[in-house]
Amino acid sequence: MSVQLSLGELALSLVLVAVAVAVSLWRRADLEKDLGLAVLRSFLQLTAVGYVIQAIFDSDSLLLVVALLAVMVGVGTWTAQRRARSVPHATFPILIALSLAAASTLGVVLALGVFEATPRYLVPVGGIVIGNAMTAAAVALNRLADEVHAQAPRLEATLALGATSRQAAAPLVTQSLRSGMITLIDQTKTTGIVAFPGIMTGMLLAGADPVDAVRLQLVILWTLLGSVSLSALLALSLGYRGFFTDAHQLRELPEV
Amino acid sequence: MSAARGGRRVLDGIDLSLADGEVTALLGPSGSGKSSLLRLLNRLADPDEGTVRFHGEDVRGLDPLDLRRRAVLVPQLPAPLPGTVAENLSFGPRLAGRDVPEVVRCLARSGLGDEYAERDASRLSVGEGQRVMLARALALEPEALLLDEPTSALDDDAREGIERTLGEIGLPMVLVTHDRAQAARLAGRIVEIEKGRLA
Ligand SMILES: Nc1ncnc2c1ncn2[C@@H]1O[C@H](COP(=O)(O)OP(=O)(O)OP(=O)(O)O)[C@@H](O)[C@H]1O
Ligand SMILES: [Mg+2]
Repeated sequence: MSVQLSLGELALSLVLVAVAVAVSLWRRADLEKDLGLAVLRSFLQLTAVGYVIQAIFDSDSLLLVVALLAVMVGVGTWTAQRRARSVPHATFPILIALSLAAASTLGVVLALGVFEATPRYLVPVGGIVIGNAMTAAAVALNRLADEVHAQAPRLEATLALGATSRQAAAPLVTQSLRSGMITLIDQTKTTGIVAFPGIMTGMLLAGADPVDAVRLQLVILWTLLGSVSLSALLALSLGYRGFFTDAHQLRELPEV
Repeated sequence: MSAARGGRRVLDGIDLSLADGEVTALLGPSGSGKSSLLRLLNRLADPDEGTVRFHGEDVRGLDPLDLRRRAVLVPQLPAPLPGTVAENLSFGPRLAGRDVPEVVRCLARSGLGDEYAERDASRLSVGEGQRVMLARALALEPEALLLDEPTSALDDDAREGIERTLGEIGLPMVLVTHDRAQAARLAGRIVEIEKGRLA
């Protein structure tokens, strides 16, 4: 099963990018530069990643796989902490959340023998797991920051009754956990009806049997539910502390 | 002591000692730093300079949770927790591992009938909410009260009821108020604050 695209065929799909540029120009959306940059970056980044993955597949070295996943966790942490700017000291919680969510979910699917421990499975699955864990952590922490801002008086009133910062933050952490998980849950509910998920689409394009494509997609979706919940939970459980001092005081919040 | 909020100094060189058993009224225009000062007394915040002492001890050496249960703050605006009024009153004692408080008696001391116990605490008028805040503080059986304008939204009858209770319980208190007459009625001592400084 394989699909082959020549560079020429690839270039032809730029016609659709031209449509986007035309739309932007016509409505003066001022997005032409961004579109150009997006096309250029997607080409360069994916090409580079393609070569890296090719090299890892050729070497068949698990150590290299772990190294690649570690880089993904690093980049994911950096991206998520930039998105969660209003959360003080978010980097460490996000790093822990992504690492543990990725390690434990990959560990479980490997231990159960769902996938073989080979680069061909570990690299793409690891990438999806880390990417989704990153989004969940960022969404959950951002929601927490919003909740803390909105509910500062109630938080302080709770602290004033002798609650610890953990106890005071608990309801907000629960709310934020829901935010971090709900997108994927909804996506999982509507999958196949509203949109074809990416893995399945890719496998169908590559000529796989639809039943196989569906099964793999389900494994991935269900795995992601686990990793996303772990990631959001870890990010929040460590991240809420950034809003408080050791003396159970709500820190003064930075302007947003 | 001095303290800043939002990068601005809001308390400046406050030097104050409150005698045990005394009611001290804190009087001053809006924005003068009254609420900010109360927050330092139960360690919801720390001063940038200076120390707060409770029974002669630097509060930074005390367990902040224990301190907040001993010197309980009644907030300026009602800040109900989700749930019923009775649940609001039980919250603090439950966290402290104590028995469920006598909800009805705490409500009565704030001038609220026992029919309030099962009301949703987030669906009360401001004046009702203020009285629930006082009842919630009393449920912790505090050694001292930090009252931030506890009667600002009450009619004369309700206010008189609260003042009677505050007189009867005989706790040391810091009472923030705009009402000079109330200060004179309740307080043994009146302290005036203006633009973060004692006047
Ligand atoms: N969360 C906050 N962040 C930044 N500045 C604040 C904050 N809360 C209060 N301030 C500022 O601190 C100063 C003192 O406020 P504070 O609430 O202590 O005044 P107050 O005397 O209690 O006033 P009022 O009678 O209106 O309640 C004010 O200038 C206010 O703008
Ligand atoms: Mg005030």
